[in-house]
Amino acid sequence: MNTSLIQYILHLADNSFIYGHRLSEWCGHGPELEVDMALSNIALDHIGAARSYYQYAASIEGNGKTEDSYPFHRDGRQFRNVLLVELPKGNFAESIARSFFFDAFLFLFYKELMKSADTQLAAIAEKSLKEVTYHTRFSSEWVMRLGDGTEESKLKMQQAINKYWDYTGELFSPSEIEIEMNELNIAPDITTLRTEWEKLITQTLEEATLSYPLRADGAWFQSGGKKGIHTEHLGFLLAEAQYLQKSYPGAEW
Amino acid sequence: MKTKEDILNLLENVQDPEVPVLTVIDLGIVRDIKIHSDNEVEVLITPTYSGCPAMSMIAMNIKGELLSHGFKKVIVTEVLSPAWTTDWMSESGKQKLNEYGIAPPQYSTSNNPREMDAVVPCPRCHSKDTLLISQYGSTACKALYKCKSCLEPFDYFKCH
Repeated sequence: MNTSLIQYILHLADNSFIYGHRLSEWCGHGPELEVDMALSNIALDHIGAARSYYQYAASIEGNGKTEDSYPFHRDGRQFRNVLLVELPKGNFAESIARSFFFDAFLFLFYKELMKSADTQLAAIAEKSLKEVTYHTRFSSEWVMRLGDGTEESKLKMQQAINKYWDYTGELFSPSEIEIEMNELNIAPDITTLRTEWEKLITQTLEEATLSYPLRADGAWFQSGGKKGIHTEHLGFLLAEAQYLQKSYPGAEW
Repeated sequence: MKTKEDILNLLENVQDPEVPVLTVIDLGIVRDIKIHSDNEVEVLITPTYSGCPAMSMIAMNIKGELLSHGFKKVIVTEVLSPAWTTDWMSESGKQKLNEYGIAPPQYSTSNNPREMDAVVPCPRCHSKDTLLISQYGSTACKALYKCKSCLEPFDYFKCH
């Protein structure tokens, strides 16, 4: 059971870590100063959550593991994040589209994870929910500004929505570990989040005068992250994120 | 033998590294104190924001303060639940923030993503004619506002 619990915690941790990393790539490159600061702060919130998860996993596994062991010393195939968060930051509209989809998911997910039988996961969820609430405002407001903006911004925002739509299915498709954890009341049943998520998303998209592809039940979607089968993008991300620890193992401040 | 009160008094000397007018007591991040012996004490703190980089500095400063006052062993433990909220900020803390030039949290917390913030008065001229520039300011806990009366920008400590 412990191995499964650790695997589940690492899935949550990897989601936050990879997402935080992608957001941090905007630091110094934002389209305007306030957006630069916003994305950096949002990234920090997720890195903070990742730390809490990794610390928790390390405390359960023991064996000399620390919070740094997992993000910096595992290879791509061992990561369990969803594909959506590892996709490149792209242009601003693409990053906003990804955040828009993922933030809304996290908002609904954390509300359920707060009820987890695992008190530490519930505590992390309680804390993160407060922050994710701000994140959803940020991403959905930018979808609206860009969608209901100029011709160019609308085109780019629509293209971004279309491009990442196929990656959202994985958010509601539980892995075996998630099913196992759900039976123990540790993990929420993510299949139940889909309807509410679609409502939140379509509400904003309509306000933004954007369209969205319909998803029929059983339609194909991109997946694999939860099983460690990743896109080629993760390799490059880890090469950068892990560079220092891989070059100087055990380096500390 | 030092009491919890003695230790709380000592912790009034530990300032927030980012906003030095506030102490860790003002912020409401000290949740409990466990005195294990004459020489050993454990302080339980709750982090403000998940990724707050000041927390490790605060933990270090708490240790330093208590070690310099006779304790041989000081443990600082982070407790995540119940989650920190600006509701725990002391009234004197809010006043100090205002005097320092940062508008304090205006209301009690909520989790609705669509709710608009309450009117935030300017900490300098106290006008209510202010404008939100960015939900994110110099740190995760602050937002950036502008006063339309005195035209000065100011930070707002967000309700959380």
